[in-house]
Amino acid sequence: MADAPKRTPLYDLHVELGGKMVDFAGWEMPVQYPMGIMGEHKQCREKAALFDVSHMGQVILMGENVGEKLEALCPQAFSTLKEGKARYGFFTNETGGIMDDLIVSNAGDHFFVVVNASMRHQDIPHMAKHLDGVDVTEIFDRALVAVQGPKAEDVVGALCPAARDLKFMETMVGEINGVECRISRLGYTGEDGYEISIAEDKAVEVARAFLADENCEPAGLGARDSLRLEAGLCLYGNDIDNDTSPIEASLIWAIQKRRREEGGFLGAERIQREISGGTARKLVGIRPEGRAPARQGVEVQSEDGNAIGVVTSGGFGPTAGGPVAMGYISTDQAEPGTKVNLMIRGKAQPAEIVSLPFVQQNYKR
Amino acid sequence: MTTYYSEEHEWITVDGDTATVGITTHAAEQLGEIVYVEQKDSGDTFEKGDEIGVVESVKAASEIYAPVDGEIAESNEVLADNPAKLNESPEGDGWLYKIKLSNTDQLNDLMDLDAYKAFIA
Repeated sequence: MADAPKRTPLYDLHVELGGKMVDFAGWEMPVQYPMGIMGEHKQCREKAALFDVSHMGQVILMGENVGEKLEALCPQAFSTLKEGKARYGFFTNETGGIMDDLIVSNAGDHFFVVVNASMRHQDIPHMAKHLDGVDVTEIFDRALVAVQGPKAEDVVGALCPAARDLKFMETMVGEINGVECRISRLGYTGEDGYEISIAEDKAVEVARAFLADENCEPAGLGARDSLRLEAGLCLYGNDIDNDTSPIEASLIWAIQKRRREEGGFLGAERIQREISGGTARKLVGIRPEGRAPARQGVEVQSEDGNAIGVVTSGGFGPTAGGPVAMGYISTDQAEPGTKVNLMIRGKAQPAEIVSLPFVQQNYKR
Repeated sequence: MTTYYSEEHEWITVDGDTATVGITTHAAEQLGEIVYVEQKDSGDTFEKGDEIGVVESVKAASEIYAPVDGEIAESNEVLADNPAKLNESPEGDGWLYKIKLSNTDQLNDLMDLDAYKAFIA
């Protein structure tokens, strides 16, 4: 028997707001509210949306040279991550696959790490085992919410003016309604916005303060997925996993130059080889020409009927105005503009390889 | 004309040996915003329980199963360009098919409105 799904500090608020609760990675989370996925998605692209992401794992790393030690597990340059800065990264395995992706922030006297809900049971022991002399503490008493969208700066800035001055991938501690929060300017929707870590007993109060703003509405996991897909952002377990390398996943931008050259992380052999020699397949955007969405697992064929890849994430993009997908394609067929067929329920549906993202990312640099 | 309901949340309004088939308001609400409808062609025959179409919401794809044996007489072409019609009017303009019934006895296995209301309650 599986354990009963866990509830975040905002569970009662979700129910009060009419959230349709589903089991996600062992957590009872809102997939949507009465506004609907389409409306919530557009709300985030046009104004601001509040997401509960408290199911994600928040971890504090304390010790000497934490950034340097993290570099043994991740191909990112964390030893040079300045105080007040955050960086996207991933844990690699010994064969150069991806164990999980994460955000690492240098909070001054400690490092603050956020990992995927479904992988926290793996990541915490992984860090505890390999980070010698570092205290790895999983936080269970704090909520995490994301306020995302072009109006996010106004929504958060009205309550914490200093948050307006943060740039993309910067983090600070600030007060919201007298509650001390960690406020980071980042997210996973392709829009400007913040992720805010709040003590669990104050989380509802702070969430309500955001929702009191006329520009901010609650949004669920459904919109979160369609937003990140349109923004070309990988979902762990779909687009990246223990078999896919970051080079195949077109994540080389997240491996800083020094790390590409020096290596010194798990799986460096494969990753450095692929940086210089290329990969047989790569993650690309796929734009169906018709209306039929291509979901995870749909086979991609060349126009002459050969299997050349598979869809790893796909659905309907409300802002793109039609179906959008991502998938791994043989590198020799992965050039944007290449015509392919998607085998949806046995029928070939025409599509085109495109560059990611499907919609422009609007970060405040 | 009499309307029957299936456990797979279809409605079927029968007029002699022809009928109109669609998904119920309850089903449309459960699916959420519909973005694509895949339909069979006129002349296609099917048996009760066969998949006769797919309705896709933003989140997921759901199959439509035939409530009876029959043949497609007409597919509602409006749905190809305007799948949202299925949310707006699932038991009206958002019908899926006109069909010819091949075994009217099967209608006895379906529910009337009161029974369906109890079924989804």
